[in-house]
Amino acid sequence: MINLKSFMARQDILALIILAALLFVVMPMSMDIFRLNLIGKYLTYAFVAIGLVLCWGKGGILSLGQGVFFGLGGYCMAMYLKLESSTPEATAIQSTPGIPDFMDWNQITELPWFWEPFNSLTFTLVAILVVPALFAFIIGAAMFKRRVGGVYFAIITQAIAAILTILIIGQQGYTGGVNGITDLRTLKGWDIRSDDAKYFLYFLNGALLLGVLVLCQFVLKSKLGRLLVALRDKEDRVRFSGYDVANFKIFVFCFAAVLSAIGGAMFTLQVGFMSPSFVGIVPSIEMVIFCAVGGRLSIFGAVYGTLLVNWAKTTFSETFPELWLFGLGALFIAVVLVFPNGLSGLYRSYLAPHVDRWIFRKPPEGGSTGTGAIDTPAFEPDPAARPAE
Amino acid sequence: MNTITNNTDFLLAIENLTVSFDGFKAVNDLNLYVDENEIHVIIGPNGAGKTTVLDLICGRTKATEGSIKFRNRELTEMREHEIVREGVGRKFQNPSIYEDLTVFENLELSFPRGRSVWGALTFQRDTEVTARVREIAEMVFLDTLLDMQAALLSHGQKQWLEIGMLLIQDPELLMLDEPVAGMSVSERKQTAKLLNEITKGRSVMVVEHDMKFVEDIAHRVTVLHQGKILSEGSMAKVQSDPKVIDVYLGH
Repeated sequence: MINLKSFMARQDILALIILAALLFVVMPMSMDIFRLNLIGKYLTYAFVAIGLVLCWGKGGILSLGQGVFFGLGGYCMAMYLKLESSTPEATAIQSTPGIPDFMDWNQITELPWFWEPFNSLTFTLVAILVVPALFAFIIGAAMFKRRVGGVYFAIITQAIAAILTILIIGQQGYTGGVNGITDLRTLKGWDIRSDDAKYFLYFLNGALLLGVLVLCQFVLKSKLGRLLVALRDKEDRVRFSGYDVANFKIFVFCFAAVLSAIGGAMFTLQVGFMSPSFVGIVPSIEMVIFCAVGGRLSIFGAVYGTLLVNWAKTTFSETFPELWLFGLGALFIAVVLVFPNGLSGLYRSYLAPHVDRWIFRKPPEGGSTGTGAIDTPAFEPDPAARPAE
Repeated sequence: MNTITNNTDFLLAIENLTVSFDGFKAVNDLNLYVDENEIHVIIGPNGAGKTTVLDLICGRTKATEGSIKFRNRELTEMREHEIVREGVGRKFQNPSIYEDLTVFENLELSFPRGRSVWGALTFQRDTEVTARVREIAEMVFLDTLLDMQAALLSHGQKQWLEIGMLLIQDPELLMLDEPVAGMSVSERKQTAKLLNEITKGRSVMVVEHDMKFVEDIAHRVTVLHQGKILSEGSMAKVQSDPKVIDVYLGH
């Protein structure tokens, strides 16, 4: 058994406890199930933002196509749920009963071969993790082995997001098209639309998120985490220290993809549908903004950034629907120009010294050995951050 | 693509090496040999191809023709990290260190263990690593600065740190590109002493412009000019060679 304390500093454990209290106590007690379900939805994006912290913040690999993996995870889940709700009895009015409704509308008369395995929940759960990992591996191997990086990589991931969206919309009969896969009802007979289910899924989602945070903390505190920072800084030095750089980039890209997919699957379960509007360029860039606002170097920051931006989005878009997108753009510009390390950067500069002093009774610039410098690097303007403006 | 290459007793044998960039031959039919435990210095005017030779050896640039054999193993076919694992270390002209990490972490990452993805995830900072990092840090005069962020080091200290990052890999051939550029006089002396110390049991190739420094360290000197060898031998021999005086050292 791995000792938690070996890779989680006291500050990190405190951050985890505070987040857990917020998610499991404060939010459920202060909100009705409708709002709580919204928070649950936002938190599914946090999985993507956490992945981006590892990939982009630490490793310097900016992916503008994380929606692809969010979507893959979400679609895998949606395919299973759709099949379960498309029993011959429930779809008796269709010309071909027993297949999803949108297939019937598109004159498809039998279940396509790649839908078949999604009758099994075990297969679906495995697929949620494996399909995005495999896809990320193929993209990563093709790009990183050829030393495509920086802006070029960002543009290619963006193109992939666009291609996948077009593919989903174009293959309406197999994917549900622009509407996505809707009208999802039950999971193994358990109604996911009921309030009880929504509560359960919210807590499951929160628990998964905390689990992912611990896992990421483990990765970041391992030598691999330091290597990511080293890669961002001086890729050639890493290469000429005997590391096969491409393998590390592929790993972190796949890791981020799997996290995004978990988020996507939880999204489908909590929101009850999945559509191409969560796959394309715009959602992918929004996810980068969540990460940037939270602070691209902090996994906890990414969670708060996601919550804050989405809360603001919901609030402002209810009041000023036309202005919201301008607000989001302005927010991103402000983050890049004014507080490049996001919320976590602000926390570290202004609050952390006091927290350290009052809670840990420790001088601000404490004598922590070794790993301290990872979390507080001086900001260097990241050229890859610019094109997304 | 190779001409007949025979196995040699040399640690490094470069034969008929040519690299051309769009027809421009930066290195032209070069033959160069490095003995074991030798400090071999390459000098020459700007654009002579000195850094390109180092780039070719470490795999950063691919040769157009010719062979580079290290312990009779062909390097031109290998990828960079494989060449490193064969025992060739390369220091860049500008200090190339991880500025966001501490001195300790910089050295630790260069420690030759856990170089695969899984190895890096499961890497443990055990006493062997710590002891070795401290030992190397002491050699490169940074033992009191282990917890300092590398960005805060002085230029000379950054150069030493990078040399230390190579030493911890224990390479058999160490290639240094202008190691004393930008160093103060005292730092330069310390570096010369350091180089003389670290050559025990390994060979060092140095590209350098500083003639005083070259005199201090070189066992053998090769003068490159327009991608070809102009002169080779001891420092005294090279310095008195009229061709070298003509194109490089000046009258």
